[in-house]
Amino acid sequence: MATTQSGAAAAPTPMMVALKEAAMTAFLVFMLSFLMIGFETQATQGQPLSYTTRFAAIVWGIILVPLGRILMVYDRFGRPMPALIGGGLAFLYLFGGAVIALAFDILVIPFNDYFGAAAGAAGIPMPFADPIIDAIFGLGALYIVIQGILTIRRRAHGELTLEAREAKEALSSQRAKQVSMVLGPALLGIALVLPFTPWGDRVMVETMTLILTYVMLGWGLNIVVGLAGLLDLGYVAFYAVGAYSYAKLAVDLDLSFWACLPLAGLFAAFFGVVLGFPVLRLRGDYLAIVTLGFGEMIRITLINWQEFTGGPNGISSIPRITFFGVPFDRSPEEGTESFHTLFGLEFDSMQRILFLYYVILVLALITNFFTMRLRRLPIGRAWEALREDETACRALGINPTNTKLTAFAIGAMFAGFAGSFFSVRQGFVSPESFVFLESAIILAIVVLGGMGSQVGVALAAILLIGLPEVMRELSLYRMLAFGAVMVLIMLWRPRGLLAHREPTILLHRGRPKARTQKSEATA
Amino acid sequence: MSAPALAIAEPDHISLLKVDHLTMRFGGLLAIDDVSFVARQREITGIIGPNGAGKTTLFNCITGFYKPTVGRLSLYRDGQVGYLLEQMDGHVIGKKARVARTFQNIRLFAGMSVLENLMVAQHNKLMRASGMTVLGLFGLPVYRRAEREAKDKAVHWLERVHLIDYADMSAGNLPYGAQRRLEIARAMCTDPVLLCLDEPAAGLNPRESAELNALLKSIRDEFGIGILLIEHDMSVVMGISDHIVVLDYGRKISDGSPAEVQRDPAVIRAYLGEEEKE
Repeated sequence: MATTQSGAAAAPTPMMVALKEAAMTAFLVFMLSFLMIGFETQATQGQPLSYTTRFAAIVWGIILVPLGRILMVYDRFGRPMPALIGGGLAFLYLFGGAVIALAFDILVIPFNDYFGAAAGAAGIPMPFADPIIDAIFGLGALYIVIQGILTIRRRAHGELTLEAREAKEALSSQRAKQVSMVLGPALLGIALVLPFTPWGDRVMVETMTLILTYVMLGWGLNIVVGLAGLLDLGYVAFYAVGAYSYAKLAVDLDLSFWACLPLAGLFAAFFGVVLGFPVLRLRGDYLAIVTLGFGEMIRITLINWQEFTGGPNGISSIPRITFFGVPFDRSPEEGTESFHTLFGLEFDSMQRILFLYYVILVLALITNFFTMRLRRLPIGRAWEALREDETACRALGINPTNTKLTAFAIGAMFAGFAGSFFSVRQGFVSPESFVFLESAIILAIVVLGGMGSQVGVALAAILLIGLPEVMRELSLYRMLAFGAVMVLIMLWRPRGLLAHREPTILLHRGRPKARTQKSEATA
Repeated sequence: MSAPALAIAEPDHISLLKVDHLTMRFGGLLAIDDVSFVARQREITGIIGPNGAGKTTLFNCITGFYKPTVGRLSLYRDGQVGYLLEQMDGHVIGKKARVARTFQNIRLFAGMSVLENLMVAQHNKLMRASGMTVLGLFGLPVYRRAEREAKDKAVHWLERVHLIDYADMSAGNLPYGAQRRLEIARAMCTDPVLLCLDEPAAGLNPRESAELNALLKSIRDEFGIGILLIEHDMSVVMGISDHIVVLDYGRKISDGSPAEVQRDPAVIRAYLGEEEKE
């Protein structure tokens, strides 16, 4: 007891701290990895479940991770050189070795017949059997190096003052604005022409359709979360209402997609109001919990209301989309036209897929246009004011109830449109498509994009929906890598990819000229 | 000094707000205890008192944030009782009775621009002009004209409080004194008949306080509205108030002109404590 007290008084040396933290880290690595990494279960057909052990990997983890910790502790004490050198070497060896090993796997193994089987292993001794793990450890080392570089830069420039940080924030927002202005039209241009480029094959167009559905959902949720500041964790419920509205109306009443689309939006908006009423008095976390519950209620109702919704089996053979009444059939019934006969084209199943793609593109653009327009109207300003300060709103005579309800209703309406598109595209709906994870992904798109930023939402949807598709190569580690990318983005840009807010009305066109006078007013 | 009877046959024609036997109780705590006074048009009514005297609670009752336990708050319009504020919701008081307020801890829409803050204040007028959003969505001239008028009004107020050069900046980035002025401008953009200011001079330097005094006097004289003013800065209160109400422990201990109140032994006792008895 006495020794620890005197130790604390004499300020611990870096070595003491480093050893202590390294020991703790080693223990943590052991506890976390012993069962999950140490034993790999194997299920082979006809055999009982067996396992192999991978203790070597654990030992390497217990050696490497605490070493990295020691480097970081020294860096924290203002000695970045070990981090730079040690981290750098580790990064080069682990990551480089992994890349070479992977390259060998891809380039050489197919030619094993020529080079002999020995070439496949690349011949470099690596700690882990799987190059992907080596690469992840390499990236960890890179993180340590970056920390070291940051320490050196901080030393050179000194700590940022409050004003410098404010200026930096303003600059970053300015840059986000510039990027948005270039990126927005560029993305739109790509979206318009992509199906006609050599890359626009069936898989690409289907993926883009999926991404655009999420872009639309993101823009819809942005009204509720980004503008009105109401954290909604049950947004997928309105998506479900839209999807089932189309399914029921089309199957039971034989209405066409174009008649159902506005109805689905209306139903969803109605549900938005129904949800809105009970939660009006709630804020923040409490609101999030209730909306989460509402989302689950809708899903569970869909599962259990067998006779109306088909229960877990869902509703199938939903009528396909038509070209404003003209179907995309290969062989139309006698006396009716089909899309390809109408335009004198060869039948191609891509025609329907392309049409669906452009339908969702137009729907998404309408959502965007509508939102941008609403922002500049009194209702949009009231939403944002409500997000900033509800009490002040009330003092100014703004009715918070109505304002929140309109945000819920309009956000829900767009989810309803997207939902009916989903069900016409799939031809099948079931409660499985509307689980909480969907709400979480849509919310992640809005937050990652930068709340309120329309281009940011589009970019985030491309990342969040597109990345898992691209990373299918990583198979087992896909979701791990996906999570890591998300964490890194949020560390890099904590307020979202393109966090930027443009005033809805400007007095001075162009540059605000206030900067110079600020110092005078503060003095 | 007896409290006025609840039913007054002939209301004073320049009365604006009559507070009758107002009592506000939070559980066991009596925050306001049977307070009655009258605030008149074209007058600045100062409300002073030591910390915890119930001044802000009084404001919260007047602006509908609290429902008073007992009492009546009558707002006169054209010499008649127009609204009974104790029966109205906060946002209806702002919209219909046109009572505006500022807050002790500034409550601007920090993420929005200075100009937008003043546009939000004209929400109800603009909402009507935009045909509940539908007409505005199509950019009809009716709405465009209303928006231009609202902007002109905002510009007028920005010029008056010397914030015109900051119009497009985030309100949260303004210096403290400027934020106080903006909050007053925002309250005035709602066209109030009664303006309630909760410590508008807190944190201002002497020059800024003097400017505030001039601003409040000009608002009173030009618009003929009543101002209720909570303030600790005696140079502000004594300098511009036409009438002062002193609260202590939720009770009204004095009521009168600044000179009368300053001489009142009850007030001196409340502020400086009892004289020691030998």
